[in-house]
Amino acid sequence: MSATTYGWLILAFPLAGLLVISFGWRVLPGRTPGWIASGAIGLSFLSSIGAAIKLDDRPEDARALVDTAYTYAATGNFRVNLAILVDPLAIFMCLVVSGVSFLIHVYSVAYMSGDRGFARFFAYMNFFVFSMLLLVLASNFVLLIVGWAFVGAASYLLIAFWYRRETATAAGIKAFVINVIGDVGLVIAAFLILDKTGSLDYLTVFAKAGEVFPSNDGTVVAICLLLLVGAFAKSAQLPLHTWLPDAMEGPTPVSALIHAATMVTAGVYPIARTHVLFELAPTAQDVSAILGTATLVFAASVAVVVTDLKRVIAYSTMSQIGYMVLGVSVGAYGAGMFHLMTHAFFKSLLFMCAGSVIAAMAGNQDLDRMGGFRKAMPFTFVTFLIGALALSGFPLTSGFFSKDEVLAFTINRGGGYLALAVLGYLAAAVTAFYAFRLVFRVFYGEPVEEARELQSGGMAHHAPANPMTGESEDTDVGFPGPEHHVAERALPMRVAMAPLALLSVVAGALSIPGVTDAVENFLDPSFADSRFHNTMPSDGAQLLDLVVGGLMSIAGITLAYHLYVRRPGTARVIQERFAGLHRFLVNKWYFDELYDLLIVRPLAMAGSFGQRVVETDFVQGTIVGGATGVVRVGTSMARAVQTGYLRAYALLLLTGVLGLVLYFLISSS
Amino acid sequence: MDIGWFVVLSAFIFCIGAAGVLTRRNPLVVLLCLELMLNAGNLALVAFARMHGNQAGQVFALIVMVVAACEVVIGLGIIVAMYRNRLPIDVDEMSELRG
Amino acid sequence: MWFEQFLFFVTAIGALGGALGVVMLRNPFYSVLALVVHLLALAVLFLLLRAEFLAAAQVVVYASAVMVLYVFVVAYIGGADEPLRPEGGPLATFGPLFAAALAIELSIAVLGTGLEAVDTRGADIGPDFGAPGQIGALLLRRFLVPFEGASFLLLMAAVGAVVLARRRRGLEA
Repeated sequence: MSATTYGWLILAFPLAGLLVISFGWRVLPGRTPGWIASGAIGLSFLSSIGAAIKLDDRPEDARALVDTAYTYAATGNFRVNLAILVDPLAIFMCLVVSGVSFLIHVYSVAYMSGDRGFARFFAYMNFFVFSMLLLVLASNFVLLIVGWAFVGAASYLLIAFWYRRETATAAGIKAFVINVIGDVGLVIAAFLILDKTGSLDYLTVFAKAGEVFPSNDGTVVAICLLLLVGAFAKSAQLPLHTWLPDAMEGPTPVSALIHAATMVTAGVYPIARTHVLFELAPTAQDVSAILGTATLVFAASVAVVVTDLKRVIAYSTMSQIGYMVLGVSVGAYGAGMFHLMTHAFFKSLLFMCAGSVIAAMAGNQDLDRMGGFRKAMPFTFVTFLIGALALSGFPLTSGFFSKDEVLAFTINRGGGYLALAVLGYLAAAVTAFYAFRLVFRVFYGEPVEEARELQSGGMAHHAPANPMTGESEDTDVGFPGPEHHVAERALPMRVAMAPLALLSVVAGALSIPGVTDAVENFLDPSFADSRFHNTMPSDGAQLLDLVVGGLMSIAGITLAYHLYVRRPGTARVIQERFAGLHRFLVNKWYFDELYDLLIVRPLAMAGSFGQRVVETDFVQGTIVGGATGVVRVGTSMARAVQTGYLRAYALLLLTGVLGLVLYFLISSS
Repeated sequence: MDIGWFVVLSAFIFCIGAAGVLTRRNPLVVLLCLELMLNAGNLALVAFARMHGNQAGQVFALIVMVVAACEVVIGLGIIVAMYRNRLPIDVDEMSELRG
Repeated sequence: MWFEQFLFFVTAIGALGGALGVVMLRNPFYSVLALVVHLLALAVLFLLLRAEFLAAAQVVVYASAVMVLYVFVVAYIGGADEPLRPEGGPLATFGPLFAAALAIELSIAVLGTGLEAVDTRGADIGPDFGAPGQIGALLLRRFLVPFEGASFLLLMAAVGAVVLARRRRGLEA
């Protein structure tokens, strides 16, 4: 089977899974929908491996394969095809997406069992993976947009999975609206591309881009900025980031899948894919790098103070994607993609562990109420620790190599990028700090009541309630199920978490500078036409950067250790001393309030104005009312003629005759 | 006699009948005035028949007479029905078809 | 010839008088009688116009049968005297006005027309002009369809009259 056949199979399996579960959920017993979904993704992963192998067999410069299934539209020279592009970048993404998704599906089979919407969950998850793979495998902008939109829809469905929770549906809508803003950007960018190059097919556009756009031309900068709008909306970068923390309303596997490994990386992918265009618009690249770094710093600063477990991890995701965006904006495509991969591993691992902890806490997510789970949940503790180490970039973990490779490339670009690199390193220290803040607060210290219950063999149970607002709920459809599953007691969860932990540690071996450059080499053909193709920092420089990075992470960990273990209570003192700053950070730099003021309120006012004045008064009143009023007056005037009096009618008749005779008289004279 | 005289006479009778239809309130009298107008028409028809030497006009007038008879029958039937149902015998009161 | 003219004017005055009587007499019974006079005058006028059969038909059908119908109904209803000036308001003034206007128009039309034939006595006609035989032949040959139509119309009128004037109660027999 050729690589492209594998490509179609990659798409077909999740779609088949979706259809089987959607139509057959009533007859599938117990957990079968979960196993079917996992199996589908597993087969998709195997197909990705097959495609990768087949691709590797081919010579280096012939690794971009397009296969068309169907032509949507063809007018003149312009064709829109249902076609996939199988090349190293796409297959890399497919491997990461399908691999991590498979493990998350397995985890969810245990985590979500007992929930009344079990089958619906897996149908949505398969739909999501299908959309993501479609987005990645698309060979033209149309299919990219289709996949983009599907992913947005799937994310809405999954965030608002527990749909009877108002906070969840509000979060889903918020995510969807911001995604749509991104969609608009993407579509307009596609229009501009079509206008200038006459095609929407990747390979055609990239080949022609050099001739059509002079460097830093207004149009190409506009196109790239619009693509950035789309990418930033999906990846939750500044300024379109406000949906990500709220999206933690979804079940934990959703956070692991969408908001760690896949959807949020769907923003980094198009920047890498359209690197040809970006390199023709250095202004846009600079904007992207700056915003990526800004997000890095912003998210790290907020993660230090937030007290909801999942939200800390969400901000950490935002921050790490800032690194990826920075990477692909400075030309370090291989490094950026590598960080994407390692991040997928350790971040989804962290979310899975968080899910386990939250289950132990019977649904509560408040960091202030957790503590001392180390003895009660040993497996979760170890995996969480591994994930945190990788996140911090502790020496020799995968995160260490990937994050520092990005920063090494940034420094190598020189000039203003040095400032960005410095910020990146500082933020790395902060990252290490908040990662271990979590570790120490959750697992160290005095065991809380739930931990003690767990240790003694039982599990804490509270009345079901919304963790954010405390409203009580029931456990029927639309709300979380009554059961809580911790990793120590559910085999599928451990089976899923273990490989990720392993990969978080050893994946670094794929890209040790100077020794192995497996990722770089694999992705090389996709980026062969990049300006930065061969500008790699020297091995010496890379080693130096690695050392600096390692030091930063150790510094952060040590600080966290001092604050939380050696002298607990110090954090509270600092919080009181810097109360203003603390408030600023806890309110996420007041971005939500800013958007509410600038955008939501004016739109709401415009909407209510439209409804009151335009719709009610103008359209209903004036136009419709006016039209009917005119008709009514006219007809009542006409009605006045029908008096009902015989003699009046006779008079009218006579008048008519009179007129007629007069006419004939005059015309014949 | 010149035919013109007959036609002018017919015009006058017609207009007198029209005035009667417009002014009288008793439906019976209105019908009578209607008869006047029909007869005026008949007169004109016969006059023109004489003018052209064509008997078709007379036949036409005969048929008009038949039609007038039928119309009288129905009209009187309506008036009798009005009387039977104790409605006032006045055309101005019969205004239920007003829009 | 003078006799003809004399007869014409006398009859014309009779017809006009009858017409005015119909319109202006208050008691409906008197109006009916005025109409009878008018119809008889008209019959004479038909005779003047050499429409003998029609004149006979006028007297037999119109002046007697139809008028008898009227008389019956007036007797049944009991004609009440109408007030002299009907409270018709604008209609009372406009009605005669418009009628007068129409009369003037039509007169102008007739007298002002350039038709030569109107000024003559009419075409030359044979002695059998208005005879029943001729009329009958025409009715049965050229105008058969109108003839049959008219008879059908009479049938419908008869049925209609019965339906209109029947008593509602006591119809179970």
